[in-house]
Amino acid sequence: MDNSASFDASLAPASPISPSSDDEALTKVDPNYKTALRISVSLTAIPFVIGAFVLEGALAEAGSPIPFGVIIGVVVFAVLAFIIRLPNRRWSARGYDMGPDRLRVVRGILFRSDTVVPFGRVQHIDVDQGPIERALDIATLTLHTAGNHNASVKLPGLKHAIARDMREDIRQRIKRDSM
Amino acid sequence: MTAGETSPSVSVPRTARSAQLPPIGAGETVNRTSLLSVVVSTLSSLQNAVVPAVLIAFGNFATPSDVAMWWVFGQSSILIGLFVGLLIAGGGAGFSYLSWRRLTYTIGEQDIRVESGVLSRSARSVPYERIQDVSLEQKFLPRLLGLVAVKFETGAGGADDLSLTYLTEAEGERLRELVRDRREGVESGVDKGVEEADAAGTAPGHVRGAEGEALFTMGPRRLFTFGLFEFSLAVFAVLAGLLQYLDSLFDFEIWDVSFWRELADEQGGWWLEMGAYAQALGVALGIVFVFVVGSATGMVRTFNREWGFRLERTARGFRRRRGLLTLTDVVMPVHRVQGVTIGTRFVRYRFGWHSLRFVSLAQDAGSTSHVVAPFAKLEEIGPIVEEAEFHLPSENARWYRATVAYRNVSIALDLALFALAAVVAAGATAIFAPKWTLLATAIPLALGVLDAGVGFLSWRYKRHALEDSQIAAMAGILAPTTKIATRVKLHSVEIAQGPFARHFGYATLHLGMAGGEMAIPGVPLDRAREVRAQVLDTIAATDFSELEGQSSPTTA
Repeated sequence: MDNSASFDASLAPASPISPSSDDEALTKVDPNYKTALRISVSLTAIPFVIGAFVLEGALAEAGSPIPFGVIIGVVVFAVLAFIIRLPNRRWSARGYDMGPDRLRVVRGILFRSDTVVPFGRVQHIDVDQGPIERALDIATLTLHTAGNHNASVKLPGLKHAIARDMREDIRQRIKRDSM
Repeated sequence: MTAGETSPSVSVPRTARSAQLPPIGAGETVNRTSLLSVVVSTLSSLQNAVVPAVLIAFGNFATPSDVAMWWVFGQSSILIGLFVGLLIAGGGAGFSYLSWRRLTYTIGEQDIRVESGVLSRSARSVPYERIQDVSLEQKFLPRLLGLVAVKFETGAGGADDLSLTYLTEAEGERLRELVRDRREGVESGVDKGVEEADAAGTAPGHVRGAEGEALFTMGPRRLFTFGLFEFSLAVFAVLAGLLQYLDSLFDFEIWDVSFWRELADEQGGWWLEMGAYAQALGVALGIVFVFVVGSATGMVRTFNREWGFRLERTARGFRRRRGLLTLTDVVMPVHRVQGVTIGTRFVRYRFGWHSLRFVSLAQDAGSTSHVVAPFAKLEEIGPIVEEAEFHLPSENARWYRATVAYRNVSIALDLALFALAAVVAAGATAIFAPKWTLLATAIPLALGVLDAGVGFLSWRYKRHALEDSQIAAMAGILAPTTKIATRVKLHSVEIAQGPFARHFGYATLHLGMAGGEMAIPGVPLDRAREVRAQVLDTIAATDFSELEGQSSPTTA
């Protein structure tokens, strides 16, 4: 917590620049993003639930001491937590900030990552929509850079129109900058 | 192929080119590689034929004592071996000739095109402006025949890069100059490009002109010193590999314990009869032997790879030539250098020796960065770094260390991992082999403590410095490595935090670098944000296209 303690006396002190302004300007992505997450999590969960039923049935037939419903209960509970709770948290952890010459993308609950891509370094831009995203009218904006790390920075959960506008906006700024 | 296109009224000329690429423009010629390259590939297929032939010829006399049997069957097996060898070599030669016939390259206005393939054809086009560097490589055999392999590095990496094997030396050199001229032309506007290409056409070799200024060379004395530090036991690995190869061909069981036991009984009887001193002497001699062989291997490898090492600053960039049997000649433009890495190794560091690499999109013999000074003192490295428009961190650069919290957390995590390993080992041995439990538990724990100690010490050397035009990061305790990147050539900046990092308020700074990775761990969050803000301001001031365009100050 205390950053100043981390420096050796012989080394330079931490900068006085306050970072607090960094987190306030973030724009939230579309709430439909939560729905999209819920749908895809539900689809992923189906095999697990089926597996739980099968396992439970097999165990019951083999005459195991575990009372019926324990495994199913645990799995269903976990799935429900993933469907109801997690998308909310992921949605609130995600945000972006469109600056005059850069895009900032923040994501992650446990492992947070805060990436800034300057428009001057964007190689090309994608706006993608999967079937779920299309039904919910949201899209994923991807900025590609030439760097090895962060070769493509994704920003999902934008309203489709906004994503397209952002793409045009960024594209124009690249053009203007290079002239 | 496509029958629809060949209507009776239009006669389509049968040339080597396929329909995949635009037609060849006026003044463009379709070229073939040198016919001598057929000789090279035939000879190398002959090389492949020798081993099986010899093995078939001599491989099947199971009992060498039975001379009579060998006279009967041995001779016929020699004939069979010869036949098989000839078959392989002949097939190789035929195929080499066919593929030579079917490979053509075209030097176009905008790109270079290569079409190849005997059965399945492939056509590849590479625009000049995307060529990162052109390297010439002469292996021993082609060198005898005056041939050279030309490689065009595009940053696509490895097999995706375009290479022409083999051209005559003169043609290779001409092609390289031509590509370089065209590339400069593309980058500085078409008119100029045409002019330059004309100039190149009328005055061949004008670019090469005077030899560039030598930045770094290594003479035999330096190579000898270098070789001393390149201790290598590769030769034993090769021997082991060879033994295993023989094992698969002969009835020679190297993995059979009884074979070695018998050998030891036969040969080792005298060993047991010797006194303790003699045995100790034997062990010492063995160690000396391994050391001598290892050093000799290192020496030979170093001399072979680095012989005649010469790094030059030419009008268009850096040029590096080296090699004893295999000659290589690489040219890289200055503006393609994305960053520099100064590395070293444990022992040589004590004597002040370092190596310098350039990070770029192109690859160098499979490695991701170009070695420009494999073995040099820091005062020799400084000027090369300056030439690449970087500079070594200045005396009064403000170095920032990783946080104490970062050190403690990484040590704790490592220890936890080792403790887990110890618990698993203890559990497993307690069940299966109780008498080893103590040892199996003690080893991971000891390793963990050792690791923690190293982590504790190395933290002192983990630091970074932000300067006006560049950012430098340093890490490593026994062999410190310094990475320097130009701020303006970075592509993105990320601040990443795991759960512990968030709790203790530090972060890892990932810098998006073309052709390389650069991450600075354990930076206090405030500092990480400040660095990011400053770097981004530098980046945002210059567009990528300007970065590529302003690239060659040498064009004028």
